[in-house]
Amino acid sequence: MYAPVSPQLVIDSLTLHFGGVTALTGVHLEVNAGEITAVIGPNGAGKTSLLNCISGLYRPNAGRLFFEEQEITNTVPHRRAELGIGRTFQNIELFKHLTVLENLMLGRHIHMKTGLLSGGLFWGPARREEELHRRRVEEIIDFLEIESIRHKAVGTLAYGLQKRVELGRALALEPRLLLLDEPMAGMNLEEKEDMARFILDVAEEWGTTLILIEHDMGVVMDISDRVAVLDFGRKIAEGTPEEVQQNPLVIRAYLGKQ
Amino acid sequence: MDCGVFTTNYREDMAILHHPGAKLKVLVVVAFFLALPFMVNAYYVSVVNLIGIAIIGAIGLNILVGFTGQISIGHGAFMGVGAYAAGIMTATLGWSFWIALPAGGLAAALIGGLFGIPSLRLKGLYLAIATLAAQVIIEFGIIHWPALTRGPAGMVLPAPTIGGLVLNNDTTFYYLILAITIGAVVFALNLFRTRTGRAFMAVRDRDLAASVMGINLFKYKVTAFAVSSFYAGIAGALWGHYLGVISPEYFTIKVSILYLAMIIIGGLGSVMGAIYGACFMTLLPILLRETADFFGGGFAGLTHIMLAMQEAVFGLLIILFLIFEPEGLAKMWHKVKEYFKLWPFSY
Repeated sequence: MYAPVSPQLVIDSLTLHFGGVTALTGVHLEVNAGEITAVIGPNGAGKTSLLNCISGLYRPNAGRLFFEEQEITNTVPHRRAELGIGRTFQNIELFKHLTVLENLMLGRHIHMKTGLLSGGLFWGPARREEELHRRRVEEIIDFLEIESIRHKAVGTLAYGLQKRVELGRALALEPRLLLLDEPMAGMNLEEKEDMARFILDVAEEWGTTLILIEHDMGVVMDISDRVAVLDFGRKIAEGTPEEVQQNPLVIRAYLGKQ
Repeated sequence: MDCGVFTTNYREDMAILHHPGAKLKVLVVVAFFLALPFMVNAYYVSVVNLIGIAIIGAIGLNILVGFTGQISIGHGAFMGVGAYAAGIMTATLGWSFWIALPAGGLAAALIGGLFGIPSLRLKGLYLAIATLAAQVIIEFGIIHWPALTRGPAGMVLPAPTIGGLVLNNDTTFYYLILAITIGAVVFALNLFRTRTGRAFMAVRDRDLAASVMGINLFKYKVTAFAVSSFYAGIAGALWGHYLGVISPEYFTIKVSILYLAMIIIGGLGSVMGAIYGACFMTLLPILLRETADFFGGGFAGLTHIMLAMQEAVFGLLIILFLIFEPEGLAKMWHKVKEYFKLWPFSY
């Protein structure tokens, strides 16, 4: 377990351009281990860009990133997964021809060792490893209550279930930092409540640090420990949900000038 | 047939053959193929041999195209690399076939992996063109390096021997091809229920998501090219030693396209599909020729036309499959099985 002597994730004056468009300008954010941090902001504020920088899909033009005191600014995405950063996507990015089980087993990829040859021969160690990690994956399936669909191809599942499977795949990686990009988008109230419950359980039972992007302010204010507000690529506010709600800059960004 | 099967542990649930009946079926099929040479004449054995070699090559190509989502128009050439590498070892250097066969596969894997490197940056059509370059370069290399390959004239390859037995006829070669084909099928089936095979499929379905799950895209794409080319190399080396002669014209782009047709018609991303496709595409020209001979007795010109129609029928079949059953023969067979699962009470 990571001992929280300093923030688990440090985002230091991150700047990101796409050609002439600036997506992020000098964003600074520190995330403590075990906390739930929500990133909010109007559409196009740069929230997903920030998550993409943390998981390595975008390389920032300036600024630095530290995860558990190790610089990861130029680390490739698959290395960051090995370091313990997992994520889900806004538009579900599951392996849609594979079953729920296979998707979750792919989440175990970095914890498994079976190579090409032993996998193809499927003897001794390869078979034992499959069974061992299958057990772990089944625990996650139980946790998310998706037992009945484990052998279904995810492409055939309903939207809400796909979102849940994607969370399961990220959890199978056993990340110490989990990035959730709009985990409740497009869900009805009941599905949102379920998802909020899962997120809180993950933070409490597994001690996972969470960064989530969410538009539902009710959910954000209820479940997060800290809230960061982005507007036009700049961080305009940060603090506890109560502090952020009172912040005049946030009110202006969301409601316009009073 | 196979409903009402309940598994009680993970090992049973992971098995390829769930049902006791399925195991029996496989045993019957294997027994049938072991006995086959005693039941039919040498011509049919030679046809089955060609099918076996095609199955190995088609599974290889399906690993790359159907399972990993990359594309290769260079597989004919990769077969050539395997055939020539093994052929040089047995014919020129006088090495044993049993060393030359895997070495030929490895040589093809090396070259295939090398030409797979652009796949990190190139996708779809662009990658297709890059692998087309592989096809052209390798063909050029084989023709213009006579010191090694004896150029366009080709090479005569010695028959493999095992103990005192020389594998120089259809029946003896049959068992060699059968054993390797079974090995190739089992290896592929296992591969896709373990870590590496799953990573291949993840790369195919969503490469960005695969990378944030900790999958090294470059490593797995190049590995897929190498494994796929290894299969092609083994198929090429077997083919060369079976025919006893190889020349550059055996490994042209037509072969690459024939194998692509096999996996499209058989079913992309399915090991069984590769088998069905290989059977279909090997048997089709034979069937067309027999039909032509049958009707050609009365009309001398008809045989000619029917043979020329072969290519047109190939093309037509690929188009029809792409339109009506993009998932190929494997899917069709699956549908038939599903229908009869609860027959006649399938409501």
